[in-house]
Amino acid sequence: MLATAKTFTLDGISARPVQVEVDVHKGLPNYTIVGLPDAAVREARERVRAALVNCGFEFPLRRIVVNLAPASLRKAGPGMDLAIAAALLSASGQLQWERLSRIALAGELALDGTTRPVQGALAMAEAAREGGMETIVLPAGNGAEGALVEGIGVVAIESLGRLPDLAAGRWDPPRPEPLPLQLEAAPGTPDLADLRGQPHLRHALEVAAAGGHSLLMVGPPGAGKSLAASRLPSILPPLAPVEALEVARIASACGRLGDGLPPGRPFRAPHHTISAAGLIGGGTPPRAGEATLAHRGVLFLDELCEFRRDALEALRAPLEAGEVSISRATGRRTLPCRFMLVAAANPCPCGRGESDPDCTCAPYDVQRYQGKLSGALADRIDVLAAVRQPSAAEIGGAPGESSAVVQDRVCGARERQERRLGPGRCNAEMTPAEARACALSEEAAVLLADLYERQRLSGRAHDRALRLARTIADLDGAEEIGEEQMAQALQMRRRDDG
Amino acid sequence: MAEPAACADCLRRSWLLAALGPYVEKIATGEVGSRSPELLRLSNEELVEVAAPKAAAQVLGRVAALSEERMVAELLAAECWACCRHDHLYPHSLHDAPDAPWALIGRGDPRLLDGLEPFGAVTIVGARRATAYGREVARELGRELAAAGIVVVSGLAFGIDACSHRGALDAAGRTIAVLGCGPDVPYPASNRSLWRRICETGAVVSELPPGATPWRWTFPARNRIMAALAGMTVVVEAATRSGSLITTDLAADLGRDLGAVPGPVTSRASAGPNGLLAAGAHVVRDAQDVLDAMLGPGCRQIERPAPKLDPDLEAVLAAVESGACSCDAVATATGLTAAAAAAALSRLELLDYLSCSNLGTYSRTTLLPRSAAASTPPPIVPLS
Repeated sequence: MLATAKTFTLDGISARPVQVEVDVHKGLPNYTIVGLPDAAVREARERVRAALVNCGFEFPLRRIVVNLAPASLRKAGPGMDLAIAAALLSASGQLQWERLSRIALAGELALDGTTRPVQGALAMAEAAREGGMETIVLPAGNGAEGALVEGIGVVAIESLGRLPDLAAGRWDPPRPEPLPLQLEAAPGTPDLADLRGQPHLRHALEVAAAGGHSLLMVGPPGAGKSLAASRLPSILPPLAPVEALEVARIASACGRLGDGLPPGRPFRAPHHTISAAGLIGGGTPPRAGEATLAHRGVLFLDELCEFRRDALEALRAPLEAGEVSISRATGRRTLPCRFMLVAAANPCPCGRGESDPDCTCAPYDVQRYQGKLSGALADRIDVLAAVRQPSAAEIGGAPGESSAVVQDRVCGARERQERRLGPGRCNAEMTPAEARACALSEEAAVLLADLYERQRLSGRAHDRALRLARTIADLDGAEEIGEEQMAQALQMRRRDDG
Repeated sequence: MAEPAACADCLRRSWLLAALGPYVEKIATGEVGSRSPELLRLSNEELVEVAAPKAAAQVLGRVAALSEERMVAELLAAECWACCRHDHLYPHSLHDAPDAPWALIGRGDPRLLDGLEPFGAVTIVGARRATAYGREVARELGRELAAAGIVVVSGLAFGIDACSHRGALDAAGRTIAVLGCGPDVPYPASNRSLWRRICETGAVVSELPPGATPWRWTFPARNRIMAALAGMTVVVEAATRSGSLITTDLAADLGRDLGAVPGPVTSRASAGPNGLLAAGAHVVRDAQDVLDAMLGPGCRQIERPAPKLDPDLEAVLAAVESGACSCDAVATATGLTAAAAAAALSRLELLDYLSCSNLGTYSRTTLLPRSAAASTPPPIVPLS
């Protein structure tokens, strides 16, 4: 007898529908799985057999063929166990479930028949809704994230043994409580108040956060660059519910949703030895990289000059486009990666800075080191902040403004930007045409034109200064970019922006 | 103007030096390196005998076999020209040196050598590893001297050399780079773009033929050309045992003026010039000091238009002058908000009072505020 069930395989961070077809007929006892299964799928054979027997079902001693359609799609992961078991029960007459064709199932089985959570349950529930399914059956551990998806029934089961009750309508479980999406950072997380003194660094952080501008901090080791970067998520506006769902979808597909979504915006700080594939995603099957994990949050590259050049080069296009395209022989995937780039670097290999007489770096080494700075990602950096060792008085002084106060101002500036540019957009994303259309006071225009004419600014740097000045004006609540704001924006520019 | 010209004998000397490169390297390394100018006083035969006694006949034979056509063809292929000590284009100033190069191989504009007198050129030398202060002063000196019509001579090295060339180019002035390798070899390679710009508007000269690679001994050797070309040699920053001091020694031997830019007495980078000042070199604070020392006080005035400053900007400028080099430090020192300090620094930079490094460190330019400039006492005329 033939039975089918619907399930999904995870591809990048999206789920692709897979039809499980099970045929049970007379013949020598045999049990095969066909349809491009990977090792984990092939091992479902043994898990499903043991789970069936241990739940009190009978494993049919006949010829069993499990086909996973479409046959051309490579299937990966253990998430198909539940669907294979359901189809097998149905094909062997142990489960009468006429609604099975309108139900999707996903879940891994333990040998005793209990369900184990799978990666990407959120994406699978969404795909099930798109595919017109009535209900998706998920392991108990995935119920909460599945319930985030509106417009589809979600059933969380603890064990394979519950299936007959569910099919017969004897058991009608309530919809699980959806996973709480915490839009704001939890109380007690690192606060900007820890950054004492260093007014310029604080200001640069605030401006960068207000306009979504990328930030490069240059200064000696231990001056507070990493501390400042880790406080950045706390001054960014809280996640919008739609954004939080995007973050949850990525976390779910990467198996990071175990104990619930970390509150607030993501903050990723990969080590500088990371490969290009680790940074933007890749491998076979393609997996999301740090850039995607930082989606809607902050990607912090500490020791920018130590990163591999190819890794930084690979980051350029995704930074511009807000998404990563990974093309492989098996197809092309697009992963979202709209993050704020923050980088930190020492001024020279020894870290003291070449104007310090104690710096022992050879000129060639310094040049090579700074060449890395101005090469790789420099033309994607909007704000340069020179960080200095805080004085003893500052370090021992009163704590600075807290994150909440700064966040209020940042949110105000973002609101103004959204009113001007449309929902969800910020100044850093302005096109050159939009940037040049910004209202500019006469003095500010003169200032900018003077610099441009003396060839200290390229066209690109000109537009960048406009975007930055617009953000500073938004922070000040000004409709028009004034001279003061333009001067500040020009101070924050990179000088090697040729 | 006639084209530069060189006789075959003088040209052969250049090719001989290139051929002797590794031999001289062996006998003139280390402490002796600074003696390479002395070695170069020797005649061809003596030099070969000293440097390569075993291969003497072979080297001499190879160089003697070079035809003039062959050498000229090599020069043309490298887009170079040559003028020898018998040519009218050959700078008079070089005749003062007993060890002057027989021929100058150049690239760029040969007219820069035409009528070049010692008092028409200033050599700026200094450390490769210079501080922001040294770079800024070198650039400013280059800029203002070039703007005053003086030819700025330097050696295309990292640091001070490169900055003084850049300053001269900023002012669209004339600059000559003297190399310790063939004039068509941009060395150090990372100054390639600077070398190209000098080739376009200035001149790059060397006593070595096209394609010659640099040796350790060729740098002191080129220093003697730099010292002889100009009427005054200015040291911007140099450690106590620095190649730049070789140049000043050579310049002093020729009776040229010496100038030094004073620096902090605690700075290793300024130990060289401070030592020279103690020994009686001219104090160089700006280009005007150079002109006064070389041409006589008041002979030529440098125009320095300086706009007036607001009190706020003056306070920030004062903070930078007293050592605050980052926006943070300025905000702390002046009590301004970070935003106001940033805006003030930006304005001062646009007015050329400050310069900012790629990494956001500010340093003071030599431009003086108008009020302060007026209060400078008139120069004291030395008794002579």
